[in-house]
Amino acid sequence: MIGKIHSLESFGTVDGPGTRFVVFVKGCPMRCQYCHNPDTWEMTGAKEMTVEEILAKYESTKEFYRNGGLTVTGGEPLVQIDFVTELFEQAAGKGIHTCLDTSGIMFRPEDPVLMEKYDRLMQVTSLVMLDIKHIDDAEHRKLTGQPNGNILAFARYLNEKQVPMWIRHVVVPGITDKEEYLVRLGEFMAELDNVKALDVLPYHTMGIVKYENLGMEYPLKGVPPLSKEEAIKARNTILRAYKVHHVKKTSEK
Amino acid sequence: MKAEWTGFTGGKWEKEINVRDFIQKNYTPYDGDASFLAGPTEATKALWEQVMDLSAQEREHGGVLDMDTKIISTITSHGPGYLNKDLETIVGFQTDKPFKRALMPYGGIRMATQACSDNGYTVDPEVVEIFTKHRKTHNQGVFDAYTPEMRACRSSHVITGLPDAYGRGRIIGDYRRVALYGVDRLIEDKQAQKDATPIIMTEDVIRAREEFSEQINALKDLAKMAASYGYDISKPAKNVQEAIQFTYFGYLAAVKEQNGAAMSLGRTSTFIDIYAERDLANGTFTEEQIQEFIDHFIMKLRLVKFARTPEYNALFSGDPQWVTESIGGVGVDGRHMVTKMSFRYLHTLENLGTAPEPNLTVLWSTRLPIGFKSYCAKISINTSSVQYENDDLMRVTHGDDYAIACCVSSMRVGKEMQFFGARANLAKCLLYAINGGVDEKSGKQVGPKYRPVEGDYLDYDDVWAKYCDMMQWLAGVYVNALNIIHYMHDKYCYEKIQMALHDANVKRYFATGIAGLSVVADSLSAIKYAKVKVIRNENGLITDYEVEGDFPKYGNNDDRVDELAVNLVHTFMKYVRQNHCYRNGVPTTSILTITSNVVYGTATGNTPDGRRAGKPFAPGANPLHGRDTSGAVASLSSVAKLPFDDAQDGISNTFSIIPGALGKETEVFAGDLEIDLDEVK
Repeated sequence: MIGKIHSLESFGTVDGPGTRFVVFVKGCPMRCQYCHNPDTWEMTGAKEMTVEEILAKYESTKEFYRNGGLTVTGGEPLVQIDFVTELFEQAAGKGIHTCLDTSGIMFRPEDPVLMEKYDRLMQVTSLVMLDIKHIDDAEHRKLTGQPNGNILAFARYLNEKQVPMWIRHVVVPGITDKEEYLVRLGEFMAELDNVKALDVLPYHTMGIVKYENLGMEYPLKGVPPLSKEEAIKARNTILRAYKVHHVKKTSEK
Repeated sequence: MKAEWTGFTGGKWEKEINVRDFIQKNYTPYDGDASFLAGPTEATKALWEQVMDLSAQEREHGGVLDMDTKIISTITSHGPGYLNKDLETIVGFQTDKPFKRALMPYGGIRMATQACSDNGYTVDPEVVEIFTKHRKTHNQGVFDAYTPEMRACRSSHVITGLPDAYGRGRIIGDYRRVALYGVDRLIEDKQAQKDATPIIMTEDVIRAREEFSEQINALKDLAKMAASYGYDISKPAKNVQEAIQFTYFGYLAAVKEQNGAAMSLGRTSTFIDIYAERDLANGTFTEEQIQEFIDHFIMKLRLVKFARTPEYNALFSGDPQWVTESIGGVGVDGRHMVTKMSFRYLHTLENLGTAPEPNLTVLWSTRLPIGFKSYCAKISINTSSVQYENDDLMRVTHGDDYAIACCVSSMRVGKEMQFFGARANLAKCLLYAINGGVDEKSGKQVGPKYRPVEGDYLDYDDVWAKYCDMMQWLAGVYVNALNIIHYMHDKYCYEKIQMALHDANVKRYFATGIAGLSVVADSLSAIKYAKVKVIRNENGLITDYEVEGDFPKYGNNDDRVDELAVNLVHTFMKYVRQNHCYRNGVPTTSILTITSNVVYGTATGNTPDGRRAGKPFAPGANPLHGRDTSGAVASLSSVAKLPFDDAQDGISNTFSIIPGALGKETEVFAGDLEIDLDEVK
């Protein structure tokens, strides 16, 4: 099976637990305003690689990934769900920890054929990092051009399947840093039992140069990067809400 | 057993000079953490403040505070020097005061006078006359013997940095012997070696006898120098303070005598720890006192200074002494060799603050204890001042009592030494192969007049065959130039105190080096996997290249090009080995132009990989800047394929990374949510 690949990173330390081999795939239907990988949106210019080629690369440096594993990110990996499934099936067969970094945007609970594919993929996925762009549907549409209903449905689906999950959330000054939204995100997380970590990603401006190189207008011109202090504050806001609801939920049981 | 050795486990080391045996029978591996360490004492703080003040003054004076212009530096040339005699627990400077650089003309009077004049000092004319008319120097000897071809290679920089005008360095005396045995015993031993030489007076035997005499005299001078500081080092050291002091005196004698390109210390920490453990057990000294001795010792090592020219400093990017100290490692019996003293040495970076010297080098093994690994990581993060080298790789060749000279040259302490040999510029050599030995910058015929490439495009097989011929020629000129250099260095600038602290039968590594590895690998890859069109100047000389299409680049864990790099190292080393090496030296090579890659790049024209003329090479065995695009692991993996067997003098990779790329901020990332919940406020 052939995947359309953007690039490979042999020393990934921020995309899942441990040191990881990271596959960046091409193609994404979202157009998040703060996206720092706009060069992965289109399918054009992809490098075609087979599952075997990628795993051979992994194997040649596998000593480095003893406490890590393989991460697929992008782009949106689930645009190429068949390829990712085969990659993870073969990787899982070798005992490799598999991590899927996704926005959940491709999830369609009403499509039984697709759902079968998701079921199959989740059997060989060690961890899902679900990037919730915005907890509010209207705001989500503004930010990404897409609704968030299916994304939240995907989170509940993962909960049902008991697939370990990290919630990732990019905090952008003036867009996602409002207390109300952070609290709602924490409350949503508390509904789930499979959340293992919260990964607050402070908005940074390192993607600007890519927009310039691609000749594109940068949508968040003038928005400052989020400071570490603000990131810690946002994290704590989410976690407080999570804690309150989590406790409430546990006591109700 | 001698009184000074009471409490030690005896063995072979009592009957013969055998420091390793002493260490193995007596050291205590330490598996704990860093919590036992003591901070700086008031005396340490006061002394270091004084040093910082002198450093500031030195900077204000343009880099040099004071220089000798008349006294020729020898082991005994200067009276004692101090920062503050009352506070210093470890004493001794190269001259009669700190920050005063000594005059060392034996390597070459020209370099010595230039080092002074460039810094605003004038060497006494009488001294110049003596070393011009009456006493020949190493530099004069070398140039008397060089061939025109060697001079041409030197001028065109296809061979660069040869130690023909300065001290070669890279020799590590076993300074621990002074502490363990005392000088009387070492002199006795050397006398016995001299008495045991063969009786037929061949040149080798004559030289050996002369050298033993020089060594004995140097040991006597060492004792005199120590006596001027009030120490009797004729007998073994009695406690840890003396063990450090005596070891340092041995080293100090070496840096009084030699202005070498690298004057490394060896592997002293585990040795000294044996004394510390005995003193702690006996209540002789406290942890705080022992740390103070080490702090003062390291402070002294930070203040080793040489008179050098701005050109020298440009070649080495700074004013380095390479006071390398090797720490840790694993013994051949499987016990790790980390002791409390390994921690104390690294702890000086906290007590005194960060510094490039001494070059604290951890001999890293997967089997080092976790407490030490964690401490190393912490110190690295906080100070960026620790060097790491692969003990698991080097132990196979050198056992468990080797040390690093300079940055990567490994040798068994007191049993092996190195003839330092700078580097051949293999990127420039490739251009010579393409242009039939004509220099691409000057247009001069430097190499042999082999057939240059013909046609508009480079053909891989054709270029490789021509390149092999040119490398074979270059290796010949290079090794033979080094033969002259080391012959003359032995003759006119012999390292007598350092060799006095070696066994009689020393294994001599004959070091060569490579510059431009990644430039050549990528160039060959471009020729092989893309199309490289040549551009000729008005004289028909190929001075530029156009690369059509993409090609695999070294540094991405891609065997297609990595194997070209491996083959390059192997092939060049094969040609080096074909030559005779002075004093039966064992030829090695290194890929470690950590600092001089800029200078080598300046001397080299456009290359077929697309690198522009004058642009720096990558340091050491690094991929060329920006060409490794698959992440650090892939980049490191390419380097790791280079064969140690063919580059036994070391392979270096310079690597920097922003902290954010090493993992999550612990305060921002919240893992294991259920556990961490109570910490949320």
